[in-house]
Amino acid sequence: MTATTATVRKVAANTSVRHYLARVAFGLVLTIVGLLFALPLVWLVLAPFDATPSLSLQWPDWTLDNFARLFQNPYAMRSIGNSLLLGIGTMIIVVVLGALAAYAMSRIRIPGRDGILYGLLLLSSIVTGTAAMVPTFQIITSLGLINTYTGVLLVLAGGILPTVIFILKDFMDSIPKSYEESARLYGAGPFRILRDVVVPIARPGLAFIAIWTIVQVWGNFLVPFILLRSPDLQPAAVLMYTFYTESGQADLRLISAFALLFSAPVLIIYFVVNRRYGFRFHGGIKS
Amino acid sequence: MAGINATRLVKEYPGGVRGVDEVDVEIIDGEFFALLGPSGCGKTTLLRSIAGLEAISSGQLIIGDRDVTDAEPGARGVAMVFQDYALFPHMDVADNIAYPLRIKRVKRDERRATAERVGDGLSLQGLIERRPGQLSGGQQQRVALARAVATRPDVLLLDEPLSNLDARLRLEARTFLKELQRDLGVTTVFVTHDQAEALALADRIAVMKAGKLQQIGTPREVFQRPNNTFVAGFIGSNPMNLVPATVSAGSIAIGDGVSTALPPGTEDHVREGQAVVWGVRPEYLRWTTTEEPGAIAAEVSVVENLGASVLIAVNVDGHKLQVVVPEDHEPAPGDRGFVVPTGSKTLLFDAESTERIG
Repeated sequence: MTATTATVRKVAANTSVRHYLARVAFGLVLTIVGLLFALPLVWLVLAPFDATPSLSLQWPDWTLDNFARLFQNPYAMRSIGNSLLLGIGTMIIVVVLGALAAYAMSRIRIPGRDGILYGLLLLSSIVTGTAAMVPTFQIITSLGLINTYTGVLLVLAGGILPTVIFILKDFMDSIPKSYEESARLYGAGPFRILRDVVVPIARPGLAFIAIWTIVQVWGNFLVPFILLRSPDLQPAAVLMYTFYTESGQADLRLISAFALLFSAPVLIIYFVVNRRYGFRFHGGIKS
Repeated sequence: MAGINATRLVKEYPGGVRGVDEVDVEIIDGEFFALLGPSGCGKTTLLRSIAGLEAISSGQLIIGDRDVTDAEPGARGVAMVFQDYALFPHMDVADNIAYPLRIKRVKRDERRATAERVGDGLSLQGLIERRPGQLSGGQQQRVALARAVATRPDVLLLDEPLSNLDARLRLEARTFLKELQRDLGVTTVFVTHDQAEALALADRIAVMKAGKLQQIGTPREVFQRPNNTFVAGFIGSNPMNLVPATVSAGSIAIGDGVSTALPPGTEDHVREGQAVVWGVRPEYLRWTTTEEPGAIAAEVSVVENLGASVLIAVNVDGHKLQVVVPEDHEPAPGDRGFVVPTGSKTLLFDAESTERIG
């Protein structure tokens, strides 16, 4: 009896040691990978405060000069505002249209619905991509929307919407129909149901879509680059491209400082939205 | 309060499948009415048609004195409790109960007061601020009921009200539902596939099959005098024995040399040589080892213990019959003996039309 207990303990001890070692090894690998990914971020935080930033990682020669120079640039701050305008504008279009379309797609039987969705999804990756650069430019030109935000918003929203509808439709599918039928029985109309039942339940999905859209637009270089002409309309992602020294070298002092500013709003939006709405999902109630 | 009157109601799906096929039913004001049938028989479709969640293809539906055939669900004065209760997960219990009032633009304080009053009536005290996800199945059901009755509907519809509860809770909820319905006196229609539930709860039962109404009657009527072999086989915790037979010389010939008396009142409705189905419930067959008038020779094949009684399957000339035997008197498989039907409780159906004779 005691012998067997001892054996059992020994085996248990062996397994736990092996388990422990495996965990340590796994942790080490993760740390190395994590460090690799952290390096550019460290550069992003340190370089702006360095009097002579380079592309290598170095302990900065602390200064705030870079920011002072940046604020003297007439377009820098305005471009951040432009980026916000484009981001929030696209977000509003995408969330409103996306939610309505996804709800309809989820609830109404349309022949070949999944085909339509997949087709749109596939095409959308081309629309805002390099492949459609020339046609996009020509269409927007013939519409007379070159150098306007309307044109940029249309192209950006059009590119993002299919993916959004695809994601949101899945979300809406998971909301039991009985919720809406129940509300209907008490006299609620379609928009009332959308407001009282569908949107609150799909809220984490909508919050995710909103942030994701802003991040997409924020980092989008190509669309505003080809559709906007005036420097005072250009968003931050495009403006950064113009930071050269007189000798034609990339101006790392400006670029690094601007890059830090450029990444701040996205982070702030993320934390605010996460706090206010949270990425929770109610789903159905288990019964 | 209002009665429901459906005339030749049809719900046809694209492709021509009829979920509800020419159903005529009149539900009296204040009645507790069951729609019973196997899954896919159209009982839920009929309920949803009454609610207005399914568009009626043809026929007429009257609730109270209003023709609501084409009325919006919200304008019919009906409330419904869904099978999954459909409680809104993002609202607390009070908001859930008061949601119908919110649509009717009732003020917040008044809504809260109503929610609390109705909640108290359904023993939801102290749960009013919880989210549905924090409640047990039975509590969720009571919240759903509270939400349904908060608006004082004319008609209450319940879709499989007990199916999401575990077995023990189900009996409790059954009694609770019956009391609630009696107290409110609201016309209530509920859907179930469980004949015991229908028999226990309903004032009257409509048995459905393939979209068509088979029989409407009180639990006693559908149990004792089923219209056809389908109802006979569906109602009762042990299905009725249905034995193909022939009318021969004023009695029913079950097989070679085995015959039994015609059920009372059927003599004038049968003709010699007619193919019939003889029906008798296992409860109305008695097992005996001594021969007596009317006894049918049988051999026991299977014995199933039901607790206070035993269900035995016996072989009568190639036909299998089930017999309920009181405990302590059960035979063993292979035993030979006799089954004696209670003459007044046997039924006769036409073999072709499956309808009851007499």
